[in-house]
Amino acid sequence: MNILNAVDQNKYKKDRVILHSDCNGFYASVECLHNPKLRNKPVAVSGDAENRHGIILAKNEIAKKYGVKTGEAIWQAKQKCPELETLSPHFDLYKRFSKMARRIYSDYTDRIESFGLDEAWLDVTHNIGKNGYETAIEINRRIKEELGITVSIGVSFNKIFAKFGSDYKKPDAITLITRDNYKDIVWNSPAEDLLYVGRATKKKLNKLGIYTIGDIANTPLGFLRKHLGKWGDLIYGFANGYDSSPVAHMNENSDVKSIGNSTTTPRDMKTFEDVKIVMYVLCDSVCRRMREQGFMSRTVGISVRDNELSSFTRQYTMDEYTNLTKDITTAAINLFKKSCKMQRPLRSIGVSVTDFVHDNIPHQMSILNNEERLMQNRELDKTIDRLKKRFGNYIVRPAVLIGDNGLSAFNPKDDHTVHPISYL
Amino acid sequence: MKKYIKVTATFDCDGNLIPEYIYWDDNRKYPIDRITDVRYAASLKAGGAGIRYTCMILGKERFLFLEENRWFVDAKETK
Repeated sequence: MNILNAVDQNKYKKDRVILHSDCNGFYASVECLHNPKLRNKPVAVSGDAENRHGIILAKNEIAKKYGVKTGEAIWQAKQKCPELETLSPHFDLYKRFSKMARRIYSDYTDRIESFGLDEAWLDVTHNIGKNGYETAIEINRRIKEELGITVSIGVSFNKIFAKFGSDYKKPDAITLITRDNYKDIVWNSPAEDLLYVGRATKKKLNKLGIYTIGDIANTPLGFLRKHLGKWGDLIYGFANGYDSSPVAHMNENSDVKSIGNSTTTPRDMKTFEDVKIVMYVLCDSVCRRMREQGFMSRTVGISVRDNELSSFTRQYTMDEYTNLTKDITTAAINLFKKSCKMQRPLRSIGVSVTDFVHDNIPHQMSILNNEERLMQNRELDKTIDRLKKRFGNYIVRPAVLIGDNGLSAFNPKDDHTVHPISYL
Repeated sequence: MKKYIKVTATFDCDGNLIPEYIYWDDNRKYPIDRITDVRYAASLKAGGAGIRYTCMILGKERFLFLEENRWFVDAKETK
């Protein structure tokens, strides 16, 4: 998306009414609903520590009071709160609750744009009979009654301020941000509370003497642009309430820009053979997802993190667009060989593909390539996809994966497909 | 306490799912005399959410929940 389109002040003749609904401590709330005995205890949902995924994914309000934070290691959280109950996640359950919330939202508008499982924007501009605030009160009540969990809702005239509003007061609250009060509420908040101001941008801004969202809004645009490039335009527009990005229609798939999978392996990868095994599993998932969505890609990216947590990413652009597992796997492995000397054992790797075209575009055959082989591989992938769909992921596997279940016994495609979403 | 139970239900001509009998531990079958309300609801007591049927069983009002494809009730804990 063109950044300047995202902050076009003159796009709408009339102010829109946007809600941003955020389920509070979503995973933990759903778990607490299902385990009444846990409700008065500090609870966190965390990854599997044995497989080294032991970080906090969500916590309830009681755990929050102890200072437990999402993203920290389980042992860190337990230091702050020794009686913390940690539960393994049940993604199917969370998906079901997310769908139930969407069903409620769809009673008010068909413009619903999910942002992860637990957040969504709703454009209720054309909702007749109720204003935005009244709609928010009703949604908040219905979610409580029908799902048994709480939501915070921000109501505003653009998506950025609506999201800000849902974060401003929680849990179980509604914040109205209007043209009359946004300078009091939004502008006095720290710069990092604005969507897209992460740790790195915050640091840069602080160095320039910019600490609040109001400071961003009142800094000359040229100055921000000079120091932050095009992001300067974006956050300047966001801070001033110029965000004009539409709320997607519920039937629209947001534009897929990349597909990727990564994993932290149960044990460190010490040899190239270890890496190869994991690469095969990841590339298989990435390519199947790409074929399912009808894309071909030309650019393969890898991300690598070693056991001292230093990491890097590399990309490689191929000559031809492809979605063949063999091609992508070869490209990813070659890229890895070229860019990583494996001086330290590796903790996690990821593979992603970008730069898509639809797979139904005409294909220019080449006299230099072995086109017959290409067609054979395409048929092979189709057959494998069908087999895996009917009989499960492990029914057919490349020979390289035999013998090391420690590294390859995971299914990135289906294990918990909660793919990260970006705003732009 | 959440308790999953066996239920006999029918689909009427309009596609509505209507529970008719519930089966309890003692293998006794209890008819649902009347359904007074059907809505989406959560049960904080039993711990779950789904479609809640308010049923009259043996003259008493009871909530019966359909959670995806399983039925549950909030049962009293036996000591």
